[in-house]
Amino acid sequence: MSSGILVFCETDGGKLKKSAHELLSKAATLGGPVSAVVIGGSVDGAEAGRYGASTVYTVNGDAFGAYSTDAWVKALAAVIGKASPSVVLGAASPVGKDLFPRLGARIGAGAVTEVTELSNVGGQVVARRPVYAGKALATVKVKSSVALFTVRPNSFPVNATGGGAASVVAVDAGVSAADLKTQVVEVRKSAQATVDLTEADRIVSGGRSVKSAEGYDSVIRPLAAALRATPGASRAAVDAGYAPHSHQVGQTGKVVNPTLYIAVGISGAIQHLAGMRTSKVIVSINKDPDAPIFQHSSYGIVDDLFTVCPALQKEFEAVVG
Amino acid sequence: MKVGVLLKQVPASDTIIKINPDKTGILTADVKWEINPYDEFALEAAIQLKDAGKATAVVVLTVGGADAEARVRDALNRGATEAIRVDDPALAGSDALGKARALAAAAKAAGVELLLAGKQAIDTDSAAVPGIVAELLGWPQVSVVTGLTVDGGKITAERNAGGGYIEVVSTTVPAVITCDKGLNTPRFASLKGIMAAKKIAIVAKSAADLGLSAGQVGAAGALVEESGFELPPPRPSGKIIQGATPEAKVKELVRLLREEAKVI
Ligand SMILES: Cc1cc2nc3c(=O)[nH]c(=O)nc-3n(C[C@H](O)[C@H](O)[C@H](O)COP(=O)(O)OP(=O)(O)OC[C@H]3O[C@@H](n4cnc5c(N)ncnc54)[C@H](O)[C@@H]3O)c2cc1C
Repeated sequence: MSSGILVFCETDGGKLKKSAHELLSKAATLGGPVSAVVIGGSVDGAEAGRYGASTVYTVNGDAFGAYSTDAWVKALAAVIGKASPSVVLGAASPVGKDLFPRLGARIGAGAVTEVTELSNVGGQVVARRPVYAGKALATVKVKSSVALFTVRPNSFPVNATGGGAASVVAVDAGVSAADLKTQVVEVRKSAQATVDLTEADRIVSGGRSVKSAEGYDSVIRPLAAALRATPGASRAAVDAGYAPHSHQVGQTGKVVNPTLYIAVGISGAIQHLAGMRTSKVIVSINKDPDAPIFQHSSYGIVDDLFTVCPALQKEFEAVVG
Repeated sequence: MKVGVLLKQVPASDTIIKINPDKTGILTADVKWEINPYDEFALEAAIQLKDAGKATAVVVLTVGGADAEARVRDALNRGATEAIRVDDPALAGSDALGKARALAAAAKAAGVELLLAGKQAIDTDSAAVPGIVAELLGWPQVSVVTGLTVDGGKITAERNAGGGYIEVVSTTVPAVITCDKGLNTPRFASLKGIMAAKKIAIVAKSAADLGLSAGQVGAAGALVEESGFELPPPRPSGKIIQGATPEAKVKELVRLLREEAKVI
């Protein structure tokens, strides 16, 4: 019988990522024992234990350098076989998004992606997730004996439950270089490397009205830096070449979920709203008092962005520690 | 080499979504349908491979009713050379696994060696079907690519690996690749393309044609079940910040962000 929750944790330099803290914290509230799995990385049992895991499975070996679908699917399938959980959680990160659907097909489990709520309904873990770019929400249930979910970052608060150190169990998944049908031949830092927008806690986005790449670089980027935020952009700004594709927020860009989203000179088109409407606090700066973005904002300033932003930058530099 | 393109029709991105009475989905009566924007990048990449003499055919594969024909026709007009539409009442209620089974079987039947798809469809936003298709076919997958070169059987793809990193991944055909914005700029249909496509028939196939049994697709084969569709709760109305000067407004905003919203 499968039972309990297994959390696929991503790490960075031997530490669990914030998304892993969120998932472990949530798992602890859903009932049943919580275990964790780290693939291709080291882990501290005490850290995992603090967030509620009793066991951490690790899978390592020569095949676990850069992320590959083949090695990770095989490894996670092996750990699921050993731990026999009824629920497996992972982050809706670039890795989790690539991994979970294929894993589901491998082990005959239903996979639900990009969920934002999880609850225990009569012993079954049920998800809510945005559909139609967040214009609607749906409840999703999985009928297979193991249910897989990827969770959008920043969906759940972090709680260290104060448990003792988790025991670390190394699993040999029998993965070898021969399993890898893809090879990472090069990794580059992209031109403007920053925190991934989808995981960012604060975002400052600029629209068409920044007028040029220089405008974006001299107004939006420094404002974001002063707030320790990640810069984003509307499609109009991206299509005009003011900001790279990777910065686009919206239906055909990144769907973001920060605590604070500042929209600078963005009108609030339905496709842009689709990407940022779940932000906890939305601030907009726009010279048009009738701009639709104001209807979706917690706070609005009606004024010229070229005077407001430098002043705001100064204030942030003074108060944001 | 035959290149397949997974194509889905979705409500246009500016659609105002309304929920159906039993909350199992949306009302589609007033919806204007479009090719999923990410599938347009996949289609364009496939047509470019054909133009460069690297693909012998571009096969559009879709699961959908007769109302999806217009989107498939659009793809043919732009330069695709064949189209298969899997349509069967037995497919109703399919989850990603059921649709992937139909598409994998159609790709196999068409003799496709490289399969391109959008990184996700903007209706369900699941990004699930291509990875499942790759697993069913036993092919490697490279997801969310913004650069693609195909040379003989060798594929080199650039993908956004998150955290500001770009990975260059190499693999070989057969393979499944999912496409992101930035890969290319999709073309519109030309008059010449429209004339050429007139001769191409869209082939409809049933589940049985593809060797799929009723339990493998449709509601019966689904592992994932959706219900309880709702519009998101409206945001509480916000404040427009008053002040004599931009500086005064900014000071008040920062005060509110610290003391009221407590986010900085
Ligand atoms: C299939 C499809 C997908 C799309 N996907 C996306 C997507 O993912 N993301 C996205 O953002 N859009 C998307 N769009 C485009 C979307 O419809 C809008 O065109 C776009 O969001 C507009 O960008 P914007 O707000 O920067 O520009 P505009 O709509 O032109 O707005 C500019 C705003 O700046 C204000 N302004 C001008 N000058 C100043 C100033 N000096 N100071 C202060 N304010 C000023 C104006 O009042 C106006 O409100 C998509 C469209 C389609 C058809």
